[in-house]
Amino acid sequence: MIWNPKYECMQRDELEKLQLERLKKTVERVYNNLPFYKNRLDNARIRPEDIKSLDDLKRLPFTTKDDLRENYPFGLVSAPLKDIVEVHMSSGTTGKPVVDAYTRADINLWAEVMARALVSAGATSNDVIQNAYGYGLFTGGLGVHYGANRIGAKIIPISGGQTKRQIMIMKDFSSTIITCTPSYALHIAEVAEEMGEDPTKLPVRVGILGAECWSENMRAEIEKKLGILALDIYGLTEIIGPGVAQECEYKEGLHIYEDHFLPEIIDPDTLEPVPEGEEGELVITTLTREGTTLLRYRTRDITSITYRPCRCGRSMARISKIKGRTDDMLIIRGVNIFPSQIENVLMKIDEAEPHYQLILERRKGLDELTVEVETTPEIFFDEVRKIEEIEARIAKDIEDNLGLRIQVKLVEPRSIERSMGKAKRLIDKRELK
Amino acid sequence: MPIKQISVFLENKIGRLAEITSLLEKENINIRALAIADTTEFGILRMIVDKPEQAVKVLKDNGFAAKDTEVIVVKVPDRPGGLAKILKMLKESSLNVEYLYAFVKQSGEDALVVFRIDNIKEAINRFNQTGVETLKAEQIYKL
Repeated sequence: MIWNPKYECMQRDELEKLQLERLKKTVERVYNNLPFYKNRLDNARIRPEDIKSLDDLKRLPFTTKDDLRENYPFGLVSAPLKDIVEVHMSSGTTGKPVVDAYTRADINLWAEVMARALVSAGATSNDVIQNAYGYGLFTGGLGVHYGANRIGAKIIPISGGQTKRQIMIMKDFSSTIITCTPSYALHIAEVAEEMGEDPTKLPVRVGILGAECWSENMRAEIEKKLGILALDIYGLTEIIGPGVAQECEYKEGLHIYEDHFLPEIIDPDTLEPVPEGEEGELVITTLTREGTTLLRYRTRDITSITYRPCRCGRSMARISKIKGRTDDMLIIRGVNIFPSQIENVLMKIDEAEPHYQLILERRKGLDELTVEVETTPEIFFDEVRKIEEIEARIAKDIEDNLGLRIQVKLVEPRSIERSMGKAKRLIDKRELK
Repeated sequence: MPIKQISVFLENKIGRLAEITSLLEKENINIRALAIADTTEFGILRMIVDKPEQAVKVLKDNGFAAKDTEVIVVKVPDRPGGLAKILKMLKESSLNVEYLYAFVKQSGEDALVVFRIDNIKEAINRFNQTGVETLKAEQIYKL
């Protein structure tokens, strides 16, 4: 099923025409309404009428998270304040919050793109969607909510946490779709087992999981443990929240709703566009937002893009699963590492649990990374030598894959904190000046 | 005969041992012998208890990585050279001792030593052939 075939399956030339028309209007509007963008464009010596083709996009200045922070709370709102009907804020896991202000039309757009996302994951009006994303300033809860309303599915606005109750409600209401973070999906499976339930027998058939980077191996783990189809959803508060891009059943990338969010992939160092299929930072220009309009917003998310048609029939370009963020990339002794790469290695080790934590320390001026992995009955042996062998084997697997020597430390079961929202994977104990 | 020993993975953290012993106390499980192997990062607690299956279950239910392992409990004459003689015999039989530890309680004049040996069947055979007495589970629990 495709929610809005007219746009989701639009021919590329037609789509580009639409994008250009919308881009022109957007640039003109922010130039005339927002001193911030007027200054930026003047400094870059570009006037709205200079935008003649989509290629001119790359002449526009970038917008960064710092720009949003510096203009907190309403400095970058691009519609009259009286027209703003809702605000959201980023969770601030990586710094000061950023605001997204929505007009009535923006909320309508959000419902539209979320409806596309849900339907692309197989949702219909017959589904019961248990929405375990947090409701509140975080965009996850309400974004899914608006989309579910739009398609007429039943929504259980349970929000995150209280896992035993989640499982009880899942059974009592026969929830067929769960929306939450991937780490929380695993946690649900774990708690269900503890309660003596077989997690694969729960009524859920699809998980729409996002707000965290997660690997293909983690997907396999979740699908096996919960007996569901686990699909990735992408979004960020600054652009609209969830519903920027969503995987279809083929799991070959996330369709980005290009008629509203114009994507580019750039090299984060040179800021030049990279060729199709190559990894870089995702940059998005909003084409139809009113309350918060962003030109070339640097998402800091690392991905690649393909414009090849997808087997599902949608023509919308696909971004690959987010590999990491430029700001959670670790540079350890000159090697660039994303936590998701370590996760990928761990997930391939049969006996290892998907619960891990990275501890970064500085010893004698050198950065040392320790990967803490929970012990399970499968990897616990009665002999010190065998435990040390397992630690060495995991460390070697990681070294072979990432080219970085690290330490592995087995820790007691359940000693790594379970997260109800975004999992905290990295503990940075370095004392940096 | 082989005896069931309980092993528990322990991070070197305050209070974990106390937690384990009080869990066992609640289940009325008696510890007959105990030893800890430790490294800088973690430790392995090894115990002979009177209800091994129940002990593993209660520990697992409470989030510990616990499992049972087979060991041999041997009567060793409590005098100089008592243990040496047994170890010499094992060496001559090419049986490798992974670790051993002693019971606090004696059995008459003899000390009780727990042996963990890879080839447990062969080890028991050799003990029997050389007249070294090994204890049965019931004997240990009655001590």
